Amino acid sequence: MELTGAQILLKCLEEEGVDVVFGFPGGAVIDIYDAIPNSSIEHILVRHEQGAIHAADGYARATGKAGVCLVTSGPGATNTVTGIATAYMDSIPVVIFTGQVPTPLIGNDAFQEVDIVGITRSCTKHNYLVQDVRDLARTVKQAFYLARTGRPGPVLVDLPKDVVNQKCTFDYPESISLRSYNPHLKPHIGQIRKVAGLIRNAERPLIYSGGGVISSKSHEELRWLAREMKIPVTSTLMGLGAYPGDDEELWLGMLGMHGTYSANMAVHNCDLLLAVGARFDDRVTGKISEFAPYATIVHIDVDPTSIQKNVSVHVPLVADCKSALSALQKELKAVKDEVNWQRKHEQWLEQIAEWGRLHPLNYIDDEEKIKPQYVVEKIYEITKGDAIVCTEVGQNQMWAAQFYKVKEPNTFLTSGGLGTMGYGFPAAMGAQRAFPDKLVVNIAGDGSIQMNIQEMMTVVCNKLPVKIVILNNGYLGMVRQWQELFYKKNYCSTCMEAQPDFVRLAEAYGAAGYRITEKKDVEKVLREAFAVDKPVIVDVRVAQEENVYPMVPAGASLTEMLLV
Amino acid sequence: MKHTLSVMVENEPGVLSRVAGLFSGRGFNIESLNVAPTLEKGVSLMTIVAHGDESIIEQIVKQLRKLVPVITVKDFTEIKAVEREMVLLKVNAEDSKRAEILRITDIFRCKVVDVSIDELTIECTGDSGKIKAIVNLLSRFGIKEIARTGNVALKRAMQID
Repeated sequence: MELTGAQILLKCLEEEGVDVVFGFPGGAVIDIYDAIPNSSIEHILVRHEQGAIHAADGYARATGKAGVCLVTSGPGATNTVTGIATAYMDSIPVVIFTGQVPTPLIGNDAFQEVDIVGITRSCTKHNYLVQDVRDLARTVKQAFYLARTGRPGPVLVDLPKDVVNQKCTFDYPESISLRSYNPHLKPHIGQIRKVAGLIRNAERPLIYSGGGVISSKSHEELRWLAREMKIPVTSTLMGLGAYPGDDEELWLGMLGMHGTYSANMAVHNCDLLLAVGARFDDRVTGKISEFAPYATIVHIDVDPTSIQKNVSVHVPLVADCKSALSALQKELKAVKDEVNWQRKHEQWLEQIAEWGRLHPLNYIDDEEKIKPQYVVEKIYEITKGDAIVCTEVGQNQMWAAQFYKVKEPNTFLTSGGLGTMGYGFPAAMGAQRAFPDKLVVNIAGDGSIQMNIQEMMTVVCNKLPVKIVILNNGYLGMVRQWQELFYKKNYCSTCMEAQPDFVRLAEAYGAAGYRITEKKDVEKVLREAFAVDKPVIVDVRVAQEENVYPMVPAGASLTEMLLV
Repeated sequence: MKHTLSVMVENEPGVLSRVAGLFSGRGFNIESLNVAPTLEKGVSLMTIVAHGDESIIEQIVKQLRKLVPVITVKDFTEIKAVEREMVLLKVNAEDSKRAEILRITDIFRCKVVDVSIDELTIECTGDSGKIKAIVNLLSRFGIKEIARTGNVALKRAMQID
């Protein structure tokens, strides 16, 4: 039987196990929308396409599955670009379907035409323009395959209106193989033995884990390695949750610009640095030439381009983190009992503990003012660390990363690489759709929440009871902090003098709104807000000029931290 | 240092701009780029000459391999290869100069492919050194127009030092 392109697309999505699509209709995709009611796919109508792509991204990060987004041509497509770049930087599997003008009109500056394949070429893992309905099923299969495998990432499929209307028989390929795409997944056994040997001989080893551990689902293997060999663990922002943040023995907290004192000192002083699924971003390394100066660096990453890009490493290991860590586990199991690891690393762990005591993650609390860190601590206490936490970008994000002890992978969703303000709320929406019964909290700033506030209507309409906690300091706080520290307090354009009444705004959308102005109310009101069975905004008026510490100034060495 | 990269790609729409965009987006320097189909249907060969130190070239090679339609990447700096480019030169050639120009053309084993009263168009093939030399030699007669291909290269059958 022949099906239209639109029907084929939806069949493909069903075959790929997609249950929900975040999107926004328009002329070029109207035929696809026409076919949605006859499929098993649920469509969530957002209020802006950026909301759709971030929601698909949040869904993907929370579930580990591919998120899907469907938008129309032209402005619909360009509105997703920030979200695509966000997913690309953080290696998140998202498949984006964009409408396109009919093929005979392509290149004619037709109504709502943009060359979205051209625009997104550098921020997608790959993208396609489908020019014949007979290519559609195979292209969709490839798109999902590329998005999920190797180093995951966003893949865009551009669908001209005539292609979606043409008919052909539906034949879904069972498997796909591309001769030009063969992710290097299996580790080189010689390198694995070398790493095992290095671990055996190291006196001051340290694990530096990143988002790759989460996307390859290798947190169990990572935990085994740390716990059995008594190796302390630090992580990037993207890697939070792979190792439990409440483990006081081996967990050092995040490293880098706003990393903990003990994590940054440990990186500086370790003699073996095991980088797993991380990419030595400038926010992590600080001054490259002074990064981990005494360490033999091992770098495990599935993407060969990540290796030797920023930091020259001694033992490169191109492989999927899961297979690499499993192989390492196998290798180490044989010798595990020959060494008393606790004793071997006792001095090192004691040194780290000493750093932790010297400068713990801290803030100067106040009797009256509400400190933003205090709010995050309360969120952690109330949720017991079992919530899915999303963040916006800026100070709110760093305080969340520092004071919310993420315990499990896929429960801390944040825009790491691109640093996209406005990411957290729609991502929370996607995560809530994936886990309707879980508490999903978006820790926001008063600046970034306004970047995608329109999605309030989506969460209310779709009964996605996301809890937004605004750490409202009346500033674009992170930029203000830089202005304070490095630009002689020239607070140009960072003071949010005029703001909406967030409580009434929430109510206007049909959500619940709370405001906290007194420290004594923080816990009580948060508890109440988290118990409400609908979307909530909690506007917390926090100390205005609080800074995120520790801070390594841009370009400085990790040991040059500004402390509380 | 200059590297000649031989890049086999799936000949699909947009592949050229993926490769070119990679260079511009990541700030790599490209000196020349040549693309043409191979004998295998649907496969094209790109020959790219790029500049950079070892770590930059390593990144270029890896980034090229990461592109989905790229099948193979070979760096001919590590492999013995034959490299050629071609230039078409339109040279001022009044009667008094013509003999000298033809002599140079002969020495360089070039071909005259177009003649008029006061101009000669010369086709020259060779490695980049030879092309540079003939351009240099003929420039004193006045080169009116020049069209150059990029480098193309093939691995030598016998890899003898």
